[in-house]
Amino acid sequence: MPDAILAAPDTAAPPSPWRLLWADFAVNRGAVAGLAVIGFILLLAALADVIAPHDPMEQFRAHVLAPPVWATGGSWVFPFGTDDVGRDMLSRIVHGARYSLFIGFAVVVVSLAVGVVLGLASAFMAGLVDTVISRLMDLIMSVPSLVLAIVVIAVIGPSLTNTIVAVTIVYMPRYVRIVRATAQGEMAKDYVTASRAAGVGPLRLAFVTVLPNCFAPLIVQAALGISDAILEAAALGFLGLGAQPPTPEWGAMLSSAREFIQRAPHVVTLPGLAILITVVSINLMGDGLRDALDPKLKRS
Amino acid sequence: MLAFVLRRIALTIPTLFALSFLTFMAIRLVPGDPIEVRRGERGITPERLEYFRHELGLDQPVWKQFLDYVWNLLHGDFGTSIVSQESVLREFVTLFPATVELSIFATLFAVILGVPAGVLAAVKRGSVFDHGLMGVALFGYSMPVFWWGLLLVLFFSVTLDLTPVSGRIDLLYWFDPVTGFMTIDAALSGQEGALGSAISHLVLPAIVLGTIPLAAIARMTRSSMLEVLEEDYVRTARSKGLPPWRVIGLHALRNALIPVVTTIGLQGGTLLAGAVMTETIFAWPGIGKWLIESIFRRDYPALQGGVLLVSTLLVMVNLAVDVLNAAINPRIRHA
Repeated sequence: MPDAILAAPDTAAPPSPWRLLWADFAVNRGAVAGLAVIGFILLLAALADVIAPHDPMEQFRAHVLAPPVWATGGSWVFPFGTDDVGRDMLSRIVHGARYSLFIGFAVVVVSLAVGVVLGLASAFMAGLVDTVISRLMDLIMSVPSLVLAIVVIAVIGPSLTNTIVAVTIVYMPRYVRIVRATAQGEMAKDYVTASRAAGVGPLRLAFVTVLPNCFAPLIVQAALGISDAILEAAALGFLGLGAQPPTPEWGAMLSSAREFIQRAPHVVTLPGLAILITVVSINLMGDGLRDALDPKLKRS
Repeated sequence: MLAFVLRRIALTIPTLFALSFLTFMAIRLVPGDPIEVRRGERGITPERLEYFRHELGLDQPVWKQFLDYVWNLLHGDFGTSIVSQESVLREFVTLFPATVELSIFATLFAVILGVPAGVLAAVKRGSVFDHGLMGVALFGYSMPVFWWGLLLVLFFSVTLDLTPVSGRIDLLYWFDPVTGFMTIDAALSGQEGALGSAISHLVLPAIVLGTIPLAAIARMTRSSMLEVLEEDYVRTARSKGLPPWRVIGLHALRNALIPVVTTIGLQGGTLLAGAVMTETIFAWPGIGKWLIESIFRRDYPALQGGVLLVSTLLVMVNLAVDVLNAAINPRIRHA
C-alpha cells in the first residue's frame, strides 16, 4: 500500500497532507504493525458482545480455574480457561479491552481539552494568569505520578470514573506545557502579527490562527499519552484503587488473580499480556507518528 | 553560580508551601471524619467527641488549622499516625532506608546494563543487536510493572525456587538495624548467610523497579552516543589513528554521558512511583507499601505527611540535578 502511494506522482493535484503523513508514517514498519494491532483491539472492544463466547460475569461454578485450551486438561469451551469463580477468561479479556481503551481515550480527550484551554490562556494572557497556571502545573508534576493519583483516589473514592479523573489530573500538565510552549513560539511569527493587525479577535487568534499550528507535538503526545493512561489505570486497578471487581478491567483482574498464581498461572499471565500488547502497539504507533509529524525529533 | 543556586532554592519555597496547602486541603476533602476511625464500633459519647475534636484541633477555624499545620511542619511535626499513634516523620524515617536501598540497587541494575547496551547499539547501528535492543527497550518501557513482578516471581521463585517471594531477609536472621540498609546491616551483623539472604531478597524487586529506568537509560545512551559520534572531535580522534575503543570509550562516551546522567537523576519520580507497585508485590517494608496501606487503613495523617515528605524529597532531588547541571554547563546558569 505505501508503495502505491509513493509511486503515484502523475496525479495532477498536490497530495493531501493526510496522504503525505501516511507516506511518512508507512515507512516505519513497526508503526504500521502497531496501528494494525490497535485496530484489531479496537475491533475486539467494539464487537465484544459478539466475539466473547460467554457473559464476562457469568460464573461457571463447575469449572473454577479451568486451564486454557493449550494446557493439559483445557477445552475449547473456555479457550483461555476460567478464573477463581469460574468466569470465562477470554470473555473477560475481550470485554476488558473496552475498559482499558475507554479509559485511555477518555483521559487523553479530557487532558487535551483542558491542556488546550489552559495552555492557550497561559500563552495569550501572560502575566498573572500564566504564572498561576504554570506554577500549578509545576506543582502537580512535583508529586510522583502514581502517588498523586493515589491521593486523588483517596479523596474522591475508587471507581472507574474516578480513575479517569485521577489519571487526567496526573497527566494534564504535559499537555498544558506543550500548548503553552508551542503557542508562545508561534506568536512570535509574522502570520500572527499580520492577523492581529488585520483585526482578528483574541479568541479567534488563539483557537483558529495559532492552535492548528500546535497540533503536531500535541498529536504525538496524545498518542503516547494513551498508553501511559492505560498503564496508570491498570496500576490503580491492581492496587484496588481503580475499577472495582467484578468489572473485567485488566488491572483489577490481575489484582484478584494474584493468590492463584501457583495453581493457575494463566489467570495472571493473560490479562497482563493483554495490557503489554496494547501498550507496546500504542507506543510503536506513537513513535512512528512522532517521526512522521516531527522530523526534528526523529530518532536516528 | 551562587546566585543561580540561591534563586533556584528561592523558587522551591513557594512550591513546598503550596504542596503543604494542597495536602492539607486534600485531607479535609476526604469523606468521613478522622474521629470516626478512632470511634470504632462501640460509638462515642458527645463529651468524648468534643474532647477528640479539641485534641485534633478540629474545633478551630480552617485557616487557623492550616497555620498550625504549617507551624508544626516547620518544627518537624508531620502529624501522628491514627493507627500506630507514632509520629509520621518517625515512621517515614524508619521505612525510608528500605525504599532507598531498593532504589539504589534498581538504579545500579539499570545503569550497569543500560549504558553498555546503549553504547554498543549506537556503535553497531543498524545491526541485529541494535534492532533487538531497541525492541526489548520498547517492551521494557511499556511493561506493567506489577505484572512483570508477578511473572518474575512465578518463574524464579515458584518454578525454579531460586529466590524468596517477599520481604527483605529470612526470619532466621535477626539483628538491630544500624544503617537501615539490610545488606549493610546483614554484613555488619556477622551472621553466616545473612548477607546472602538479604541479597537474594533484593534481586527480584530491584530488577522489577529497574526495568523502566533500564529501558529509558539504554535508549538515551544510544541516541546521545549516536549524536556524539557525528561530532568533529570524534572524527579528529579517529583520523589521529587512535584505536576505536579509545575513541568510543574516552572521547565519545564522556560527552555522551552528560544527558544520560541527567536522565538518571530525573528517574527519582519514576522510582518512587514504581516503588509503590514493587513494594506492594514483594511485601517490601518501604514508603510505597506504607502509603498504600495508610489509604486502606484510612490513616489520613500518615498519608498526608507521607505524600508531603515524598514530594519534598523529589523537589530536592530535582533541585540537586538542576544545580549539578548548572555546575557542568554554564549555558544553563546564565539562561
